[in-house]
Formats: sequence, C-alpha cells, structure tokens
Amino acid sequence: MTATPPCITTRGLNLWYAKFQALLDVTVDIQHGIITSLIGPSGCGKTTLLRCFNRVNERYGYVTTTGEIKILGKNIYDPDVSLIELRKTVGMVFQRPNPLPISVYENVVFGLRVHNERSDLKREMLDEAVEKALTEVGLWTDLKDRLHDKATHLQLEQQQKLCIARLLPLKPEVILMDEPCSALDVEGTRAIEELMFALKGRYTIVIVTHNMAQARRASDECIFMLMGRLIEHRRTEDLFLNPQNPKTAEYIEGRYG
Amino acid sequence: MNPPPVRQARSALSLWGERAIELLIRLCGISAVIFVFSIFLFVFLEGAPLIPDLNWIPVIFSPEWYPTSRSNVRYGVGAMIIGTLSVTGLAMLFAVPFGLGAAVFVSEFCGGKLKETLKVAIEMLAAIPSIVWGFIGLSVMNHLIQTWLPAPVGLNLFNAALLLALMSVPIIVSIGEDALKAVPDSYREAALALGATRWQTVYRVLLPAARNGLLAAVLLGVGRAIGETMAVLMATGHAVNIPTSLFDPIRTLTATIAAELGETAVGSPHYRMLFLIGLMLFSITFVVNLLADLAVRGVRRQ
Repeated sequence: MTATPPCITTRGLNLWYAKFQALLDVTVDIQHGIITSLIGPSGCGKTTLLRCFNRVNERYGYVTTTGEIKILGKNIYDPDVSLIELRKTVGMVFQRPNPLPISVYENVVFGLRVHNERSDLKREMLDEAVEKALTEVGLWTDLKDRLHDKATHLQLEQQQKLCIARLLPLKPEVILMDEPCSALDVEGTRAIEELMFALKGRYTIVIVTHNMAQARRASDECIFMLMGRLIEHRRTEDLFLNPQNPKTAEYIEGRYG
Repeated sequence: MNPPPVRQARSALSLWGERAIELLIRLCGISAVIFVFSIFLFVFLEGAPLIPDLNWIPVIFSPEWYPTSRSNVRYGVGAMIIGTLSVTGLAMLFAVPFGLGAAVFVSEFCGGKLKETLKVAIEMLAAIPSIVWGFIGLSVMNHLIQTWLPAPVGLNLFNAALLLALMSVPIIVSIGEDALKAVPDSYREAALALGATRWQTVYRVLLPAARNGLLAAVLLGVGRAIGETMAVLMATGHAVNIPTSLFDPIRTLTATIAAELGETAVGSPHYRMLFLIGLMLFSITFVVNLLADLAVRGVRRQ
C-alpha cells in the first residue's frame, strides 16, 4: 500500500432510495492518482456509490444517506461543504455522452463560466483553457476549426471526449466515470481507455463498468459489489487471478451477472 | 410450411360494420380540416360582396368608423386594429415574463405536492369563463384603476390588458412547462455535475434548449389574447380611439363584431363589413398559430 493518504474514503455508508436500501455499510479507501473500477451485476449499487462522491444523486428528493464520505480528508456531508465547490473538485462523465446543446467552445468553458464572475473571464484566458483541455483529450487537431459547431452534432466518441475535456478547466482532483464507453463502439472504447491512461496520475479516476474485460484492462484497483455491499477490493490483477471471496470468483467466471 | 388455418368467413354484417366504423373514424380525423375550411369559406362569402366597393387604404388606416351614418358611411378599422394590437402587446408585456417565470418555477424549482397543486390551480385559471373576467374588469378593476391610478376612466387599455394577461398566462405556463419538461434530463445532470446552480442551469442550459417550445407557448398566448372578445368588450371602454396613453379607452376588432352584428340587417354593407373584420382576425390568428406550429416543429427536429 502506498504511504499517501487515500483520496476518497467512505465509512459505514448507507443509502436509501425512499424505502429501498441501495448501499449497505460500504467502507472503502480509494487511492490517489490511479484508476479504480467498480464492477458487479446490475442493481448492485455501483453507480449509486459513484454518484455519492459528487452528491449528484441528492437531486432526487427521496434519497437518504448515512455514514461518512471523505474526499481529500474532508467529509463531503459536513454542513459547511459547498456542493458547487465539491462538484468542481469531483467531475463526472456519464453513460450517454451528454454535451450541452451549445457550441464545443462553450461546452469546454461552461465550468469556468458558472464558477466565475463574467468580468473575471478574459477572452484569451478562455481561448487558452479550450485549447489546453481539448489538447489534453486529443480533440484539438480535429476540432480546432469547428469550435463553434454545436457539440451535439459531433460523433459519439468525440462527444464523450468533450465531456471529459469540459471537466479539466476546473482542475478537478477526481473524475468519476459512469460506464463511459457503453454507448461507444470498439474504437471509441479504446480511445477513451487510452485517454484514461493519459489522465491517470494527475487525476484520481473512478470508473463504473459493466464490462469485466474493461475493468481488467483499464484499472489498477477493482472493487466488486453485490446487492449494495462491497464484497472485495484489491489490485485488479489479484482480484481477477486470485479472488478471495467465492462470490467474486463466481461473478468473474460469469456464473451470474 | 403449412398455411395458417383458414378462419371461418365473417358475417356480412361484421364486414360492413368494420367499413362503416373505419369511415366514421376517418371522418372524425379530417373533420377539423373541413370545419376550418368551411368556416373560412362562410365568413369570406358573407363579406366578399362588399370587397369591390371598399377603398382599402382608408379602411385599414383610418380611425373613422361610422357604419350607420346617413350621409357619409365610413368603415375605417384603423383604430380597432391598433386597439387589438396594443391591448395584445401590453398584455404580453405582463404575461410573457410572468408566464415563463411560472413555467420555470413549476418545472424546475418545485416538486411533489406543490407542483401538482400549482398545475391544478393554473388549469383552473384557464377554466374561468371570459365573461367572468369581464365582470372583474368591469366592477373590480375599473374601480381600483380609478382610485389608484391617474386615469379618468377605469375601462381602458390597461384594464383589458391585465385581464388578457391573466387569461393568457395559463396557456403560456402549461405549454412552457411542457417545453421545459421535454429537455433531456441529461442536460440538467451535466450542468449540475459541473457545479452549476439551479438558476445557472435554467438560464444557461434549459432556456436555450427549450427556446422553440417557449416561443410556441408565447405565440399561443398571443393567439388567445387576440381572439378574446367578451372580456375586452367589457373592459376596454369600447371607444373607437387610437390610444395615446395606457389609460385611454380603446376598441378591438373582436368586440366590434360582438357588439354590432346583432343590430345589422343581414346582407347590408355594415353586416358584410363586420364579416370582413372577422376575416382579418382569422388571418391574424392563423398566422400566429402557424408560427407557433413552426416553432414547435423546430423543437421536434432537435
């Protein structure tokens, strides 16, 4: 184990959708700067857990949470935590690419616009942020002459990369990805995975995936969940080669899923 | 492959019944077209014989409406066109911000019981008969305006515009709310996950995304206001007058028809002129509704 403190820790996390308990006593440490994947059959709570980390599941009024989640040592359920700042630190990529129905350029600077006063944003600064973010995700050469096209008209793969790019100007610590490749073809999936490798180190990446092969290829650590509980959390190769829990073994062998 | 078993032939009655019902349903389907077209034709035919006798420029621009003059009959509807347009415009000045604001609130800022209550209340506002609005204009607002505002008479442009605004708001709210509801939820999540506040999400994402639907909501509200008759007949003061201030009495195209048609001899020039006014109204509302429809189509294409 590394000596640096973990990036995300949860202690005794429980979550209910109205009366239905979706997470039971989840305690986990997610390490800094690596890719951690969350796997498990449908309905096991992996997406729910992911959506706790930026508290985006609270937009439905019927969600109750108990327990503790610390990100970079700070409990995100403390009353003095600003959701706006939290979501700046913890970015999220969704299952369907969801660029906003505005231009590519405006998608990338959207975060800057909502977090800054209009008068603080200089044109050169925005231009620079767009070039930097799009370069980082490998879209700049393709899109530099199409910055003012509507983002919803791009190919799906480009849309998903753009959804990652628009997080970067906010300098997040954590990037949450909820099955980011499930709408993409093989090429698109490969491109997003390569992008994840390029981003790891600077960002802590947590990815939910339905695809065990993807978890195996693309993550450093792997968390297996079942029925709202965390079953096993180890280095990915250990989890796949030598699962400790029989339920994990059965899942990765494909006996259920 | 064996052919499917042949079914018993059906009785002639059931075959004919099938055809009759299909015909009936077909008729229901196209009835709207038939009705619109035949109403237009009827109004046009009643008004048409007067068309060659009219000098159109004074008719449209002159405020001189003397349809029953013994010596010099003049059919100037200029003041009424301005009356209709000004009362509709002023009504929209109140109704559009109010209606769109309410639509945003109902759709984005409240949930559960409050939302349901508001929606029912707004529908009830739409269900108030226009004659009742007219009462309110004539008795309540008339008095209030005379007491609190520098107006010599309470029945005026302002009074009628307020009533029309209240009558168009429910339409703007319910159609505007539908337009906002049609914006994919993924846009809201994207904006929220980037740290946008609810209001930032509304004005940076939802309003632009729902633009066409909201435009349609406004145009249908305009259509409602232009066509309204009873309330404006009672609240405008019904004076043929080009308004120069908010508190001048006016007269609208609709109210003129309602007030005068019963007193004209069928087939007389005055009677025909009123039908031509109807034709004008028909054209205005047709254009407004067409624009609204085009705006909604724009939404679907997205």
